[in-house]
Order: sequence, then C-alpha cells, then structure tokens
Amino acid sequence: MAAPATDRRAQQDAHPSGDERFALLDKALKRARFEQDQLVELLHTAQEVFGHLSDDVLIYLARQLRLPPSRVLGVASFYHLFTFEPPGDHICTVCMGTACYVKGAEDVVRETSEAFDVPAGETTDDGRLTLWTARCVGSCGLAPVVVFDGTVLAKQTPQDLIAHVRELLAAEDAAAEEEAG
Amino acid sequence: MAKVIDLDDVAVNEAEARSRYRWRIKVCSSTACDASGAGPAYRAVEQRVEEQGLEHDVQVVPTGCMGLCSAGPLVRTEPRGGQPTLFQEVNERVGADIVERHVKGREDLAEHQLDEGLPFFTRQERVVLSNAGRIDPERLEDYVAEGGYRALVSALRMRPRGLIETIEASGLRGRGGAGYPTAKKWGMLHDAVADEKYVVANGDEGDPGAFMDRAVMEDDPHRVLEGVTLAAYATGASKAFLYVRAEYPRAIKRLEQAIRTAKRQRLLGRNILGSDFSLDVEIRTGAGAFVCGEETALLASIEGQRGQPRMRPPYPTERGLYGRPTMINNVETLANLPDIVRRGPEWFRRMGTEVSPGTKVFALAGSLRHTGLIEVPMGLTLGEIIEEIGGGCPDGRAFKAAQTGGPSGGCVPASFRDLPVDFESLRQAGSIMGSGGLIAMDEGVSMPEVARFYMDFSQDESCGKCTPCRVGTLEMHRLLERICAGEGSHRDLELLEQLSRTVRETSLCGLGQSAPNPVASTLEHFRDEYLALLRDEPVGVAHG
Ligand SMILES: Cc1cc2nc3c(=O)[nH]c(=O)nc-3n(C[C@H](O)[C@H](O)[C@H](O)COP(=O)(O)O)c2cc1C
Ligand code: SF4
Ligand code: FES
Ligand code: FES
Repeated sequence: MAAPATDRRAQQDAHPSGDERFALLDKALKRARFEQDQLVELLHTAQEVFGHLSDDVLIYLARQLRLPPSRVLGVASFYHLFTFEPPGDHICTVCMGTACYVKGAEDVVRETSEAFDVPAGETTDDGRLTLWTARCVGSCGLAPVVVFDGTVLAKQTPQDLIAHVRELLAAEDAAAEEEAG
Repeated sequence: MAKVIDLDDVAVNEAEARSRYRWRIKVCSSTACDASGAGPAYRAVEQRVEEQGLEHDVQVVPTGCMGLCSAGPLVRTEPRGGQPTLFQEVNERVGADIVERHVKGREDLAEHQLDEGLPFFTRQERVVLSNAGRIDPERLEDYVAEGGYRALVSALRMRPRGLIETIEASGLRGRGGAGYPTAKKWGMLHDAVADEKYVVANGDEGDPGAFMDRAVMEDDPHRVLEGVTLAAYATGASKAFLYVRAEYPRAIKRLEQAIRTAKRQRLLGRNILGSDFSLDVEIRTGAGAFVCGEETALLASIEGQRGQPRMRPPYPTERGLYGRPTMINNVETLANLPDIVRRGPEWFRRMGTEVSPGTKVFALAGSLRHTGLIEVPMGLTLGEIIEEIGGGCPDGRAFKAAQTGGPSGGCVPASFRDLPVDFESLRQAGSIMGSGGLIAMDEGVSMPEVARFYMDFSQDESCGKCTPCRVGTLEMHRLLERICAGEGSHRDLELLEQLSRTVRETSLCGLGQSAPNPVASTLEHFRDEYLALLRDEPVGVAHG
C-alpha cells in the first residue's frame, strides 16, 4: 500500500526523540498539506501540544515546511501569544484591557506580583505560578477580570485574587504532604 | 451531490417542533454569564426539568449574550403564546426555582426578575444582534427559522452588480472603524480582473476593551457566513478567509462548525444552492498582534508572515493576498448584509442618520450601572447611551468622559452629552467611532493616566517597521510616565504635543497615525489635569 507523498515525508522526517507529541504536530502538518502560509496556524498547534515553543519544535517546523529556521523564529517572535518559556503549573492572566484597567486591574497585577514575588510576564522560581497580562478577554461587564487556569474570575480585587491563589497552593501543599505520608 | 436545502421546509419543521413545547427556557451561555456561573445554573434548570418530568413541555435552549452582562447569568422564559420573563443573577437555586416555582407553580419570582422595560432594552434597535441571545448559535435550523439564508437565495437571483447597487442604496458604511462606504469597496473588487479574487472577514477585534465582533461570531455564526457569501457573490470572489483572533476560541469553534453544516446543506462550497456560484471558506487565526487588524498586516499574517503593514497603494483590492485582488470587510459590516438584502435598503435607511444609516453595536463598559453589549441606531446621543441605556455611573459618582475607538480614539467629555454618536460627530469631537468599544469613566479616573495607558499599549503594539511610530510612541510614553508621576515639566508637555504631530503625520500605517489621538483628545478637553501635574511653572509667566 503506497502512502501519499506527504505521508511519506512525515514518516521519513518524524522526530527522532520518539516524543508522541510530535505525532500530533505531524497530523496538523499533514492537514495543512505542508503549506508554508499555514505557519501561524501550525505554531498555534505546536504551542497547544507542547505548552510553549522550544528551539527544538521551531526547528522541526522549519524543516517540515522547508523554511529557514530564522523565518520561523522571526514569525513566532512577532506575535505576542507565542511563548518560548514553559509556563508554571498554574497560569494567572490578569486582563489589562481598558474596561478592566479603569476598574483597577493595574492594582491587581501589582499586588499579585508583589504577593508571589513574580514580575508580570514571568513564572515564580519554584515554577508553580505564571503571572500574565492580557488585553480584553471579552467579559468587560465583569471587570476587573482574571483568567485562572482557563476559568474566568469576575470582579476581582487584589485581595480576592491573592486569597484564591494562596488557598489553591495551600491545598496542593496539604495534598502533597498527605501523599508523602 | 447533496440535495439543495429547502429553507421554508426547515423553518416550518422548526416552528412545528417548537410548538410542541409549552415553554422555552433560554439560558445565556456566553462568556460573561459563564464567568458568573451560567454553567451550574444551566445544569440546575435542565436537571429540574427532568426531575419534574417536564421534558416534553419545556425546552431548554443555550443562547449567546443577551446583552446585560453585568446582571448575569440571565435566563429568559417564554411561555407559548404568553409574555416572556427575564431573570437576573440566576444561580443554581434560582435556576431550580424558575422551573419549579415559575414554570410549574406559576409564581412571578418578582425578586429575581429583570424588567425588559428598562431603557437598556427599549432604546436598542437590534439588527446585527437580532439573534444574539435568542437562538441556539450551534443550530442552523434556529438561524433559518429567523429568516436566515433567505437573503442569499434572493441575491443569487440578482446580478452581482444589482447586489452592489442594493448595498449602495442602503448607505452601509464599514463598521471596522473608518466608515468607508461598503459598496464602493465592493465595486473595486468587482471591477478587478484576476484568475482568483478573495474576500476577508476581519474578526481581529484588537481594541482592548471591546467584544462586539466576538459576540456576533459566537452568537450568530451563520449570519457572518451568509454575509461573507453575499460579499463574495457581489464581487466575484471564489475564496473567503475569516481572520479571527486566537483569543476567541469559542468563536473559532462555532464558525468551524457552522462552515461544516453550511457546506453539508450546500449553503457554502461548490454550486451554492444549486447555482453556478461556488465559495470556499477558510478560518485563519491571529496570534495577539493589534496591528494585524490593519488590512495589509492582516494579509501578511494570513500568508504566514510577520504581520507588518505595507505602503498603500497598491490597495488590497488591486494587489492583496498572494498578489491577487482582495477585499477586507469587518465582521459587523458583513453581519448587516443579510437583513439589508432581505428587508431592503429603504428599511435600513430608516434607522440611524442620513450619512450614517443603520445601527452600531457597542461594548458598553466602565463606570456604569448597566454594562454589556448593545446595538443602537446611529445618531443616538452620548447622553442617551450613557445615562439612559447605561443607567449612569453607580454610587452617585459623576460621569466624566466616554472613551471610544480604543487606542486609536479619544475621550469625549461629559459636556458633550448631546453629541450624536455617528462617524462624523465623533471625529469632530476629537475621537473616532472605532469598532465599538465605549467605556464610561467617572470622576475618579485621571485623564493623563488614560492617555498613558493607551500609549503604553501603542508603543507595545507598534510593529517597529517605521521609525516615527517605533521611537515616537516609546518617547511619548516616557514623557507621559514622567508627567503622571508629577515629574514632568512644561517643556515635556510641549515636546509631547510636538511628537503627537510628527507621529501622526509621518507614520506608515493607521496604528502610528492614530496612536497620538488619546493624548491629543485628553489634552484638548482636559488640559487642566495635565497642567496640575507639572512640577514647574510655565516659562515666561511673571510671578506676583
Ligand atoms: C492598527 C489598526 C487596527 C485595526 N483593527 C481592526 C480590527 O480589529 N477590526 C476591524 O474590522 N478593522 C480593524 N482595522 C481597520 C481595517 O484595517 C479595515 O479598515 C477594516 O477591517 C475594513 O472593514 P470595513 O470597511 O468593513 O470597516 C484596523 C486598522 C488599523 C490601522
Ligand atoms: S506606523 Fe507603527 S505599526 Fe504601522 S507600520 Fe509603522 S511601526 Fe508598524
Ligand atoms: S477589558 Fe477586561 S474583559 Fe474586556
Ligand atoms: S454574557 Fe450573558 S448577558 Fe452577556
């Protein structure tokens, strides 16, 4: 049974590490028929699958699309949504759109950043919490809004948010301790 | 090949299916209500309906945004042939009560009701949003039952030129911000000669504090598809792209699903509705770059490149995607088309003003009692929107200014309450219509701070291609930071105004050209606030 040309290409060039996540990326590549203009879509897929865009993944994409790696990196670094560092266990995204801003989102970012000792845009040293900012998550009527691990939290004061995160981390600690004996 | 769908059949069947239920309970399941707990409320309603054995009497319908997000989660009950009732802040318990006490027990539950006689609802005129919050966006039948795809049927019987003339007669202007006459752009693509032409729906919605287009795409995806198809037919395009920002995964999912359904019913794809006209539609996602809303940058992004603008001319209608003629229309612009075609341009012109006919959708936010998504006739005054629809500022605070147009717009002071909200009037007042973000600010907000906020945004989003914008916005932001910190001088303010002019006049694309607007408009209307922050005395003023 002869595989279609693109299939063969994907197989030949399959990632040597054997990491299964590359198989998911291969599927997306095939669906995109290895077209170079699908680069942005494929970067999205890669980030979804791997959580972030490592050099390894970028080079892999470049090879599969027959593009110079510099072009792939150039495109990826242009867009804000792509991230090159692995995020922490929890992602806390504070909306800094206008509606949230006029309702005090700046204080939410500042105080959260101080409380957990992590600058906006970065991850705590222990890798447990990433603090990001976003521009309008589309719930302006509920400003200020925070998206915590994908859940939208409405009308957040700095105190609300800090308490929420502390509680969650404490619960995890307790669970870990219990497990440890 | 699949049989051509009979729209009237679908509508009749749908009406019949609905008439079997004595009640329909609509639960807003859109982003904001979701965030305030619509999920558990929905499950509570569904569960009680089941427990009470009401499945054959009561239909539970998940809908898009009902508008008044700040009072969510919202639920609307519609008894067959009776008066509907809207409920606010519906949690699990209220959801259960709605089924057990309101539907079954015929109690009013007055304490949970939200009065649909509020100006928030009665002052609106919903065209683009006519189905939002009313239908299940995931069902084609729901859209068809409301008259969907009828415009496409009649358009396919017209010549493309005739369709362009209809839109010209309606006076429709682009809702993406600039208000360019839609028919004029269509005419250019129509006249362009090429082996392939493209239409692009701009759903990038970059204004940070606005979600009009997201609502249209999520809550009524088939309307967007019908609009795109009409635009493509009128202009002779054979392929359409929907460019949607990646921050809107639900909109992307809904559109993808709608495309599949429409294709299956031959409302898209090859030989649409049995005609000679074919249209292929593809979704492309943005990746968080404001400048990609600009049309030439958007095209670069679709081609898989860095989203940097280029010089115009050539305009995209001459040389666009892959070097071929391409037309870009905003999502809301496209969503107006089905109703204009179906109800006629005269109907459309009866709304709005002479030069800005029709309606505009706004994301109403900020310091207001009622916030959410509204659609109003163009030309309604700022005061009517802020005070009547928005209910004014809460807690007795004084309304100070309205921000429109986001980082490309400006702040209109409270004294302009009689200003009609349309393209020209807003521009005269130093702002722009923009895509529809409308944020009310009260006395607690400092205007230089607002200008700093937007300049921070613009310097961050500048693509860096041209120096005036890249360096100018950075420098303006630095000056604003100094001023806001109380460390600025009169000289700094002078420099800021000079830079505003330079950046406006010498930047390559709209981002740079309009980035100084928030500064200019706050300086025009709130200069005192800047002066009060400066650390030195004006030069040349003698002290007595
Ligand atoms: C920096 C910048 C950002 C823009 N962002 C958007 C946007 O998010 N959505 C949009 O429809 N138009 C946006 N526009 C306007 C588009 O370039 C274009 O004019 C519009 O999509 C045309 O559609 P219309 O004629 O239907 O309004 C933006 C323009 C600039 C300069
Ligand atoms: S004006 Fe700004 S955003 Fe536009 S091309 Fe120049 S640098 Fe890029
Ligand atoms: S500005 Fe924060 S949700 Fe829109
Ligand atoms: S999201 Fe429910 S009313 Fe807007």
